[in-house]
Amino acid sequence: MNFDSELKKGNLIVSDCINCKKITWPPSEFCNQCLKKTSWRKCSNQGKIIEFSKQNDTYFGIIEFEKSFRIIGTIVKGVPEMNKTVEVMDCGILDNDYSLKMKVIE
Amino acid sequence: MTRVAIAGFGITKFSKEDIKIESILMNATRDLFSNTPNLTQKDIDGVLVSSNSNSKYLSAILSEIVGIQPSIAHSVESLCNSGTNSIVSAYSYISSGLADVVLVSGAERYDSPGQVLEWDKLRGEFKHPIFWASLFSKSYKRKYKIKDEGLALVSVKNHKQAANNPNALSQREFSIEDVLTSKKLTEDLRLLDCSRPCTGGASILLASEKCCKDFTDSPIWISGVGQKTTSASFTKNLAFDNMDSTKKAAAKAYEMSNHTSKDIDVIELHDAFSVCEPMALESLGIADQGKGIDMVKEAYQTENLKINPRGGLIGSGHPLGATGIAQTIEIAQQLQFDAGKRQVDNPKVGLVHNMSAAATSSTVLVLES
Repeated sequence: MNFDSELKKGNLIVSDCINCKKITWPPSEFCNQCLKKTSWRKCSNQGKIIEFSKQNDTYFGIIEFEKSFRIIGTIVKGVPEMNKTVEVMDCGILDNDYSLKMKVIE
Repeated sequence: MTRVAIAGFGITKFSKEDIKIESILMNATRDLFSNTPNLTQKDIDGVLVSSNSNSKYLSAILSEIVGIQPSIAHSVESLCNSGTNSIVSAYSYISSGLADVVLVSGAERYDSPGQVLEWDKLRGEFKHPIFWASLFSKSYKRKYKIKDEGLALVSVKNHKQAANNPNALSQREFSIEDVLTSKKLTEDLRLLDCSRPCTGGASILLASEKCCKDFTDSPIWISGVGQKTTSASFTKNLAFDNMDSTKKAAAKAYEMSNHTSKDIDVIELHDAFSVCEPMALESLGIADQGKGIDMVKEAYQTENLKINPRGGLIGSGHPLGATGIAQTIEIAQQLQFDAGKRQVDNPKVGLVHNMSAAATSSTVLVLES
């Protein structure tokens, strides 16, 4: 099990250190604080919009999950605003890139 | 610890030409030898190459094709601040006594692989630099209530200043309307807000206090060095309306040089995109928070060339590995009063700001005559 293989299946997971309990991000099998092993768990499917812009008709933005880690994805439903909550509708790997599709929770 | 001086330099024209990376390095270095008549190959005991090219062993190759057999020879790669980082490495070799005279040569091709950081998967499908620039622009405009017209002035000013730089990619000037009607890349970025990747080379000679006088009557001293890398992931930036790594690098460089931001008479800063200029001015402490565009506007209206006199990256082009070296050469020429039509009035202290990967890493140099 690793981040990429789970993401391919449509699961967004995160790595917690089994020793110091901190989240390591980007996801890794080793902690970037104490360098001990991490374990994987499913992460919240809701995050907060930290910043966003738009290309053609597509909104993209930096989304922060669990008040901790961030990833850029596409906001396919709803109109984004700063600090609004989004929910992951679909995730996977597209042409070797992580792909997250999200909708704004009103 | 010896002081370290800039004792010579050479540069190529920035272009879109299809030239081998080794030839670009050689051309910039031939120009350096031509500008430094007392320099012979035997004087050089270190050769560093700055490039994001996939070609290997470039410092040994450059050494061989220009007839140097250095003690120290290696490449430096750190995306867009490879150039100043290689200067810092050369500085360290000289100040520690491991070398007396080091040639630093930077080169890039228009199709450099260094333009996109493939590792940063957290950018998702938005890996091209235009996306981080769009997010920086959105954030900066919102926080300080700046309009697109305000940011467009950076491009207008830097293209105008590049018209007096014979090595710039283009000497064409643009109006604010030209910028605002140029191709829309995203909601927050137009084509003319962007610096352009290009082919170009720049070489600089660093020497110890003892040796520099053999090569120049007007050495320029590197009196302050600051570097900071906060992450490799763009999304880990603390904020998107300022540059944390630049603030930290600048603090170190000012402290080392015994100068403050108020002492800086001329600046080459890393305007990879128009928003980067006011953000860098503020993060360097040269402009107050949110007042960077006011400073750009005043400089433009009064024809004060102190911010990016050679045209910055937007005006000159951005051959990644050569950029930091070209910036440093410009400040050295300014401090030698040898910048021709680009000359700023009587500068004594100058600053170079070079950064990489959406400001996750910054290098700041303070230079003085």
